[in-house]
Amino acid sequence: MKASVLVFPGSNREGDVAQAIELVTGRKSSMVWHGDGDFEKTDLIVIPGGFSYGDYLRCGAMAAQSPVMAEVKKRAAQGVPVLAICNGFQIAAEAGLLPGVLMRNGNLKFVCADVHLKVETSQSLFTNRYQAGQVIKVPVAHAEGNYFADDETLKRVEDRGQVAFRYCAPDGTVDGTGNPNGSIRNIAGVFNETKTVLGLMPHPENAVEAMFGGTDGKALFEGIVEALS
Amino acid sequence: MTIATEKNPPVKLPNEPAITPQVVAEHGLAPDEYERLLKIMGRTPTMVELGIFSAMWSEHCSYKSSKVWLKKLPTKAPWVIQGPGENAGVIDIGDGQAAIFKMESHNHPSYIEPYQGAATGVGGILRDVFTMGARPVANLNALRFGDPSHPKTRHLVSGVVAGIGGYGNCMGIPTVGGETNFHAAYNGNILVNAMTVGIAPTDRIFYAAAAGVGNPLVYVGSKTGRDGIHGATMASTEFSEDSEEKRPTVQVGDPFVEKLLLEACLELMSTDAIVAIQDMGAAGLTSSSFEMAAKGGLGVVVELDKVPMREQGMNPYELMLSESQERMLIVLKPGREDLARKIFEKWELDFAIIGRLTDTERMVLTWYGDVVGNIPIPPLVTEAPVYERPWTLTPLPAVLEASQVPAPKDWNASLLALMGCPDLASKAWIWHQYDHLIMGNTAIRPQDGDAALVRVNGGHKGLAMTSDCTPRYVQAHPETGGRQAVAEAWRNITATGAMPLAVTDNMNFGNPQKPEIMGQFAGAIMGMAEACKVLEFPVVSGNVSLYNETEGRPILPTPTIGAVGVIHDIAKAMGSRLTQAGLAVILVGETQGWLGQSLYLREACGREEGAPPPVDLAVERRNGDFVRTQIDASRLSACHDLSDGGLLVALAEMCLAGGTGAEIALPPTDVPSHAFLYGEDQARYLVATGMPDDVLAAAKAAGVPAVLLGYSGGAALVVRGLVSLDLGDIEAIHEAWLPTYMNTAE
Repeated sequence: MKASVLVFPGSNREGDVAQAIELVTGRKSSMVWHGDGDFEKTDLIVIPGGFSYGDYLRCGAMAAQSPVMAEVKKRAAQGVPVLAICNGFQIAAEAGLLPGVLMRNGNLKFVCADVHLKVETSQSLFTNRYQAGQVIKVPVAHAEGNYFADDETLKRVEDRGQVAFRYCAPDGTVDGTGNPNGSIRNIAGVFNETKTVLGLMPHPENAVEAMFGGTDGKALFEGIVEALS
Repeated sequence: MTIATEKNPPVKLPNEPAITPQVVAEHGLAPDEYERLLKIMGRTPTMVELGIFSAMWSEHCSYKSSKVWLKKLPTKAPWVIQGPGENAGVIDIGDGQAAIFKMESHNHPSYIEPYQGAATGVGGILRDVFTMGARPVANLNALRFGDPSHPKTRHLVSGVVAGIGGYGNCMGIPTVGGETNFHAAYNGNILVNAMTVGIAPTDRIFYAAAAGVGNPLVYVGSKTGRDGIHGATMASTEFSEDSEEKRPTVQVGDPFVEKLLLEACLELMSTDAIVAIQDMGAAGLTSSSFEMAAKGGLGVVVELDKVPMREQGMNPYELMLSESQERMLIVLKPGREDLARKIFEKWELDFAIIGRLTDTERMVLTWYGDVVGNIPIPPLVTEAPVYERPWTLTPLPAVLEASQVPAPKDWNASLLALMGCPDLASKAWIWHQYDHLIMGNTAIRPQDGDAALVRVNGGHKGLAMTSDCTPRYVQAHPETGGRQAVAEAWRNITATGAMPLAVTDNMNFGNPQKPEIMGQFAGAIMGMAEACKVLEFPVVSGNVSLYNETEGRPILPTPTIGAVGVIHDIAKAMGSRLTQAGLAVILVGETQGWLGQSLYLREACGREEGAPPPVDLAVERRNGDFVRTQIDASRLSACHDLSDGGLLVALAEMCLAGGTGAEIALPPTDVPSHAFLYGEDQARYLVATGMPDDVLAAAKAAGVPAVLLGYSGGAALVVRGLVSLDLGDIEAIHEAWLPTYMNTAE
């Protein structure tokens, strides 16, 4: 599997995700500069975490207008899988690739902590290595991960099974206790309608080695490899 | 354009004020210091020249009060590549890699404007490290706030923590460790000490010394604005009621630009274009250009009108003294200008050739062709004032016997009170606001070990790092306190299994013109020097922050010790979490039951008195080396050093971190129970092991006192006959204090 990781001014987790992909695939990702609207053919596009353009104006708003994102939208429409993590999720939402928006965390503070996620479905190229209902532990690190969508959008997202992950308690209970940022219905990650684009606030790329945050995130990358090979 | 040389006397600019004694005094120069200036210049200086002398001879930049003492610190070891005097210290960590690190204070700005003060403190120390060619891999911070009941404390904690997080998180550097204390002595003068550790190849380290007459002097990064003018001078005076009027001297940070600057600098450093590079920190363009030229034995012409400016109407004085952030000064090899310009343009940063090196040993400043400043460089350095200020050592207080301290009436309550007191309560509310996981190399997280542990990319090696000081010990007896601060840092690194290698010191003290304050400084240095020598733990970088006083009230003397060590097989690294039942809990080291200056004495008895625990450095080394060999032999499952709160607090911390209880009993001893369990004797560790016989036998062979106290297991902490508490109850109190405090409206 050949992955391309986008790099914007202010991206800072591009190395983490490239490292995780290399660990799973043995292949280095190609790093694609934001001005490069014509990057080479690729099996997977990753929009990594960070503070693109310093989060100025609004998280992801400026990056969403960059030349590379115009190309990403085109390729996503053709079915090229896109994995959008943290700031990448914010960018993808701003670019209209995913439903909903990410607002300031409920307590207005940056939060870096392990969270528990309930996997909503194994029926996607990103989650096929997990079981539906499985609880995994991965970290979050963000100030603006408070997912929101209007009622109509929410209904559509839920009806079509577009929720990928929900924050939960360690035992899988989905309630306020496990929700680090106030996200509506504890939504931590969503798919597009075709489930070829996944946006999520947590960082599976920081949970791929036992000594460094656990291994619960590894299956996400393994699942992508399996689905694409 | 006229060629500026020493033959060109400077022109006076329109509206330039006359240099009166009042103007001189406002620049913080003493009358005799101004006499020195006149002798060097041979004439009355221009305003910009006066400003330059003022900044360069400020305490902050010149170390004039501390220099004679700092020389007493050991700075050499076979693994030291660069000691004090550069932007940061450099040590060899093997495999062709170097660790580059330093700690620096941003105390005064953080008190005036906590968010920006703390943020730019982080930005400044990051630049110090990446200026030398290192990619920063970890940040730490040591924070001292006033009494929680002081009306400003909550606001300061909130702003400082948000500022540190705001900068480090955006830069993408994990903030992995640190310490936070509260004491009324910091009510009017908090301490914000920030440390950065970076890694570079040993053959690609960059220094500040300029070379090559005619080489271009290049300015990169942000534009220069009017912020932070005279920050260095502000950092060199006491605070008073009207200090908040100095808010405009606090710089404003932009971590996004610094992130771009980091990437652009590292990209340029991977080429062969750079001769020398220096960040613009305190005293901005003045100190950076001066230091580069002075270290290279050269002169420099700076065309100030070429400096990228944020606003119109700025003058040479403002440009030379601005402390705008995220700026670097680079001497390029000839012909590399276009290559460098392209890199900075790619990262959308300013790039300007603002001058060139000369052989005149003079700093010549021009403004649209006119010379506006012309200063000989060597005498400004060699003739800089150095003071041997009078000093009075603090006498050693009388030893407080355990019999003079009452035992707790209710043991359970006493432990709960300690675990929930501001100094010992969990700081999770703070470190959860710091991204401590980015880069994917964090092996020991905050609260899970004595030191943070970060893997060195692409290998099996780890760097252990910590920040330590016990200001109440230093206050009681500076020599002991200085010794203890170094010993505790060494011990914390050791407890992870890493070999402690070197130290960066951040000396925070009051007004050095008072003999008793200067005596605290002198005493602390003597203690630190001895500890660094015996533990082979040299000082490779540091920072001095004096005049930490408000309305004449000094802070507790706080020589913060940042330290770094290396473990070659990170898989063997040890945390303090007790995660499994049935492990033997062994106390390593001797317990006399030292309650003087203990947290038990302060929190349970409301007394701050007595001599602090003595530090026997030979014993410290022997016990630490023993613990490290046990970790290396894979005999231990957890290890925690004993410090604030003593044995019982350490055990409670191990239980909470790992979610496993323990039951222990006091060994046969003459020491009263409360002194045994709460005494703060040094050179001690608690270790948990599945191989107690082997560990005890090895201790005996090494001549190290070690005693089996009990076993892990269950969900309670039990000291037979004294304490019995559910971990949940301890945790509730331990975790609740800080969030409850921060969420309480005033």
